[in-house]
Amino acid sequence: MTQPFRIKTGGRIHRDRPIGFSFNGKDYQGYEGDTLASALLANGVHLVARSFKYHRPRGIMTAGAEEPNAMVQLDTGNRTEPNLKATQVELFDGLTATSVNCWPSINFDVQAVNGMFHKLFPAGFYYKTMMSSPNLWHKFYEPMIRKAAGWGKAPPGPDPDFYDQMHVYCDVLVVGAGPAGLAAARAAASSGARVIIADEQSEFGGCLLSLKRQINGKKALTWVNEQVAALKAEPEVTTLHRTTIFGYYDQNYLVAIERRRDHLGLPSTPAKPKQRIWHIRAEQVVLATGSHERPLVFADNDRPGTMLAEAVKSYVNRFGVLSGSRAVLFTNNDRAYEAALDFHNAGGKVEAVVDIRPAPTGKLVDLIKECGIPLQTGQAIVATHGKKRVTGVDIMPFDGTNVTGARTSIPCDLLMTSGGWSPVVHLHSQAQGKLRYVDEKACFIPDHCPQDAVSVGGANGDFSIAKCLTTGIEAGMQAANLAGFGAGLDMSEADTDEATVDYPTPCWLVPGEKEIGHGSAKHFVDFQNDSTAADIKLASREGFRSVEHMKRYTLTGFGTDQGKTGNINGLAILAQTNKKTIPETGTTTFRPPYTSVTFGALAGRELGDFSDPVRRTPMHDWHCEQEAVFEDVGQWKRPRYFPKAGEDMLQAVNRECLAVRNGVGVLDATTLGKIDVRGKDAAEFLNRVYTNAWINLPVGSCRYGLMCGEDGMVYDDGVTARLGEHHFHMTTTTGGAATVYERLEDYLQTEWPDLDVWLTSVTEQWATISVAGPKARLVMEKLNPHHDWSNDAFPFMTFQDVALASCQARIFRISFTGELSFEINVPSRYGRAVWDAVMAAGEAYGITPYGTETMHVLRAEKGFIIVGQDTDATQTPLDLGMDWIVSKKKKDFVGKRSFSRLDTTKKDRKQLVGLLTENPHDVLDEGAQIIADETAPKPISMLGHVTSSYWSEALGHSIALAVVKGGPQRIGENLTAWSLGKSHKVKVVAPIFYDKESARRDG
Amino acid sequence: MRYSAFALARNALSYHENWPEQWRSPEPKREYDVVIIGGGGHGLATAYYLAKEHGITNVAVLEKGWLGGGNTGRNTTIIRSNYLWDESAHLYEHSLKLFEGLSQDLNYNIMLSQRGVMNLAHTLQDVRDSVRRVNANNLNGIDAEWLNAEEVKEFCPIINISKDLRYPIMGATLQRRAGVGRHDAVAWGLARGADRQGVDILQNCEVTSILNENGRVSGVETSRGTIRAKKVAICVAGHSSVMAEMAGFRLPVESHALQALVSEPIKPVHDTVVMSNAVHVYVSQSDKGELVIGAGVDGYSSYGQRGSFHIIEHQINALVEMFPIFSRLKMMRTWGGIVDTCPDASPIVSLTPIDGLYINCGWGTGGFKATPGSGWVYAWTIAKNEPHSLNAPFRLDRFTSGALIDEHGAAAVAH
Amino acid sequence: MLKITCPWCGPRIEIEFKCGGEAHIARPENPDALSDEEWADFLFMRANTKGWHRERWNHVHGCRQWFNAMRSTVTHEFAGTYKIGEKPSLEELKNWEPIE
Repeated sequence: MTQPFRIKTGGRIHRDRPIGFSFNGKDYQGYEGDTLASALLANGVHLVARSFKYHRPRGIMTAGAEEPNAMVQLDTGNRTEPNLKATQVELFDGLTATSVNCWPSINFDVQAVNGMFHKLFPAGFYYKTMMSSPNLWHKFYEPMIRKAAGWGKAPPGPDPDFYDQMHVYCDVLVVGAGPAGLAAARAAASSGARVIIADEQSEFGGCLLSLKRQINGKKALTWVNEQVAALKAEPEVTTLHRTTIFGYYDQNYLVAIERRRDHLGLPSTPAKPKQRIWHIRAEQVVLATGSHERPLVFADNDRPGTMLAEAVKSYVNRFGVLSGSRAVLFTNNDRAYEAALDFHNAGGKVEAVVDIRPAPTGKLVDLIKECGIPLQTGQAIVATHGKKRVTGVDIMPFDGTNVTGARTSIPCDLLMTSGGWSPVVHLHSQAQGKLRYVDEKACFIPDHCPQDAVSVGGANGDFSIAKCLTTGIEAGMQAANLAGFGAGLDMSEADTDEATVDYPTPCWLVPGEKEIGHGSAKHFVDFQNDSTAADIKLASREGFRSVEHMKRYTLTGFGTDQGKTGNINGLAILAQTNKKTIPETGTTTFRPPYTSVTFGALAGRELGDFSDPVRRTPMHDWHCEQEAVFEDVGQWKRPRYFPKAGEDMLQAVNRECLAVRNGVGVLDATTLGKIDVRGKDAAEFLNRVYTNAWINLPVGSCRYGLMCGEDGMVYDDGVTARLGEHHFHMTTTTGGAATVYERLEDYLQTEWPDLDVWLTSVTEQWATISVAGPKARLVMEKLNPHHDWSNDAFPFMTFQDVALASCQARIFRISFTGELSFEINVPSRYGRAVWDAVMAAGEAYGITPYGTETMHVLRAEKGFIIVGQDTDATQTPLDLGMDWIVSKKKKDFVGKRSFSRLDTTKKDRKQLVGLLTENPHDVLDEGAQIIADETAPKPISMLGHVTSSYWSEALGHSIALAVVKGGPQRIGENLTAWSLGKSHKVKVVAPIFYDKESARRDG
Repeated sequence: MRYSAFALARNALSYHENWPEQWRSPEPKREYDVVIIGGGGHGLATAYYLAKEHGITNVAVLEKGWLGGGNTGRNTTIIRSNYLWDESAHLYEHSLKLFEGLSQDLNYNIMLSQRGVMNLAHTLQDVRDSVRRVNANNLNGIDAEWLNAEEVKEFCPIINISKDLRYPIMGATLQRRAGVGRHDAVAWGLARGADRQGVDILQNCEVTSILNENGRVSGVETSRGTIRAKKVAICVAGHSSVMAEMAGFRLPVESHALQALVSEPIKPVHDTVVMSNAVHVYVSQSDKGELVIGAGVDGYSSYGQRGSFHIIEHQINALVEMFPIFSRLKMMRTWGGIVDTCPDASPIVSLTPIDGLYINCGWGTGGFKATPGSGWVYAWTIAKNEPHSLNAPFRLDRFTSGALIDEHGAAAVAH
Repeated sequence: MLKITCPWCGPRIEIEFKCGGEAHIARPENPDALSDEEWADFLFMRANTKGWHRERWNHVHGCRQWFNAMRSTVTHEFAGTYKIGEKPSLEELKNWEPIE
């Protein structure tokens, strides 16, 4: 018979839409509207999980996000998802799920043997053993522990699904769409405020979905439908279903996850993502997150079939499922009697209501009696029976402290428990709100919240529907007012048909005949991690009396449920053990997320090329057509070399180098940072930020400059040209462009606001094409035969504005290769056209495009540094042998003062030198360390390291730059370069290898 | 009581009711030889080694909350010593060596897991820096290897070395002796070890002022009364500047929030530790099965033990990009700690301008791995009133001379 | 994700900004006149205040203006922001109407 525990009528499920699904390899049927948990219960399946430590059989305990036991692995292959709570998985056709962490099967789990040796495994046992031999620990114990740990499994391959993100603003955010939340949203929306209301469930209504109740004389669900319809009709209201607000950050910034496709079991597309993260900035927040029922802690309170009373009620009323045939309710309050009544009225048999209170009274107590349900007051459960399903309980008279007297057995296959309710204060607490313990209600409720938020309804410790409605309306209205909106709809106070009930009488740990921890019975507090009352007592005994210590020692609250049902019980038992009150013992911090969030959703679309912007030059497509190999430099893509068919990198680079040295080459230098500097104090400003002098630079000239930090260390370099008396064009390194610009703005705005200087970043405005080599002038002449390109007319370190084929270009005679060079700058949109023109003009001369690798070789041959490669923020200009660029006359410039500190004046600082290998064909590793004596015992003192190293085809031998202690004094010395196990003899030389007289730069 | 499997079995017979306290909760004495402010890992290690190495046992550790509750209990538990500069390498290697024997030394299983740490290189400059660091490590006697991308994949099969990554993985350094440990156990084991040698650990004892007589420290005022002391040692990561201000000197540190998170526990899938400075993420899998993931530091100073969410999202981007199979796993818990960081990303373990007052701070994001080493050199410094050669370079006055130990430049900087 | 009110642009989200650390540390007029200790104090030493902290922010992905803020380093609450050259008291800041 299918679905034997489905009630004939009622519930929110669609009986006309049956759904087939598979669990642990067996096929079942449920209905649309079911969760996996309700469908399993309808089929009489209770044994769904095994616990962490003892692998005890476990069943479904709750009907929501707080579920500690019923974790499943959903789907298979790359779509598999571990650790989903069966109580939250909506049923869809073809759903496949299995239990996690049991082997070979849920029914026969080998590791259940742990339970037999449970006495050897108290909390924290692993700190006390397995340490005699580090080797044994490493090879045996730790792998064993790791293998046993963990719940579900990660998918084997990449995620086929798509995720998305939203960023929104609202006046009022209402979290939770139960009675309080709906009332608040309705009230706020009626004032015209922009409202977002989000709820984690598939339907709005919250606890009303699971209750038989009337509001204003109508069915509660009718009231819900009216509110939802009214909200959906409001243009400024956004209703978010299946959306969990999981994080509450500073300044009312909340983050939510919306599950858009999970319930359909269908693949997602970029347009229809599986899940979506919402980033919400709310003016005001109403927290209507309800409350979680907590279980009582008694002997073997974990057998499958043991459920929270609220959950049983929810399965009856919302899902039309009886969670068993014969039930016992164990409670410390009469609100839970409702569950027994609903179960009874739906056709279940309630064997007994066991209430620890001696003489409960009230309407619900009377109703229980009227139904003929045996009421056992002043009694407590002292034992439960059954292995894979509870089969019965033993009760004994309970005087509030001890159990005494006769034991009575009651057979049952469903054990409902209720130990009171804990308001869901997670978001309030994340918002840095304080909590207050209320003895009367036996729970923590929100106290002052420093953010613009208010908690209402169950989340505020107000458990009656009437109170939820009235406070919800009030909070919604007030939130709208605070957000600047006037009065809205006058919503009359709601009338409900609730019975008045007493608050729970706390009983944090139900005693048994034996001392806790003495018998084989276990009193579970954290079901998922198998932490028990005895573990908490042990923790306290061993000194772990702070709640944080206890949690960490016993792992209470560290499961995937994050202690939603267990934490308060654990705290209270610790308080009792410490002989302190609960407020004295404190509470733990609630940290985001409220419930677990998919990593893929958090990543959203910011993967691959979207993970960081990709910057491309106007000539990028040309480079791609030539099949250039690219290098990431900052966010830029730069061609590293242009291999011809069959060439490897070295062959390509050698060819490119020779082309530049003997003919002509062309480099895309667009990525250099460029800053336009204007104003009558522009020269003075450069004088302050560069180490050298700028005041007297003639208009039309260029100068190389070094920039230091205030700490005296080289920070950036580049050539700057004086375009006019008060106008400069500064270039920076590719990677340093943004930070240099920010730093310069910082000085201008904050230190020297009196200077008349204006900076504009123009990096993206100019395409830069560097034509270099002895035949460069021929190319330029071909590009514009009317211009005088001779050295006299256009000398080194000057620039000219010249008309080229299609546009006006600004051309700099500067050189980073040592060869005659023309650096053509044109507006970006002409970049590709001018590049093409250059290639055409150079064709006759064999013009050769070259990449960054060749550029690096050429500049290293000339001993030109690259900031960031030859420097690492620990070199002063003097360390680089660049004292020629440090002004002795200027009174001050950025970094100057730091040159005269004790350490920066030291003689044996690491300084730039050249290195030649003994065997000219050996190319050193960049990063090789320089040592004097490789035979010395370790640690071997290191003198410096190789910063740049290349094969120089022009010279026919390898070259290297290095920083070495007291470098310039060591020229001529023989040292050793050591890298990755190999060493090479090297000779220290001056850091210049090619054209030492700089005879080639003028062509 | 000595911990062992035998002790567990014996105590099982008495229902585990005879385990002694792991540390006492004594009342403060009026005076101690040394008062250590801060009951985190470093403070407890200092007390432990003061007693063990120097025979100084009249020591109190003052902790304003619960011991091990600061960064000790909030980090991602990575332990390694593959630092670039000699000064750092020697200090962290000393610490790693102490870690290697710590479980046995303390008779407390700190669950050291030497599963290797890889630091990824994503650019050519990363490669240069990595090779440089591997070479420096080797010459300093520290195990280090350079792996190319294929070798990275072999060592960590779930990593994505596709060229299509925004910043493809070009290789990695590997220190096989590096790994992770159980952070709480380090604090608890050290506390038990210190307590057994007579050290008083005073929890819920907040220092409200540092007493100074004629330029020499004389004790502290606390929420549990005045405690006199010949020497006072500050060891309060995050709050160092607050203590320094009490004592009347300034520090070059700023406090920032550093966030971390764990996934839901899954079956073992990640058998090493992977760190990437370039894209700001580091990940390992704990004994319990959780992926333990660390982030970058928030941009603004904070004492709030929490950070901004976009920092976490950014690190998850990098995580999913490098480990595509993690996409369907779930973030279970996030938290933050407060780290104080020096301008050169290296710590300060030093005498101070006040006689008898010592400072240990500035460990930034990397303090946990230094726990025993830091305590060891700090204990020496306190006992002898001068730094050990291992921590001499980490003096406060290096900021005046300019002799910084700039670990920023090296890829090994963080965490 | 903090909400930061740029004195020029109004409230914007944190990722548009960069924090520049402690405010009101002026670069010395005449660095050469300072001792190494004084220079180190300027370069490196910071108050690192727990509580209300005056700090610099740059609206780097907006108007690119630097400005100052007074923010609690404990609660992250902003008392207010103000332009370079100003230095209002905590009370003055709290009474200011933010730019909307």
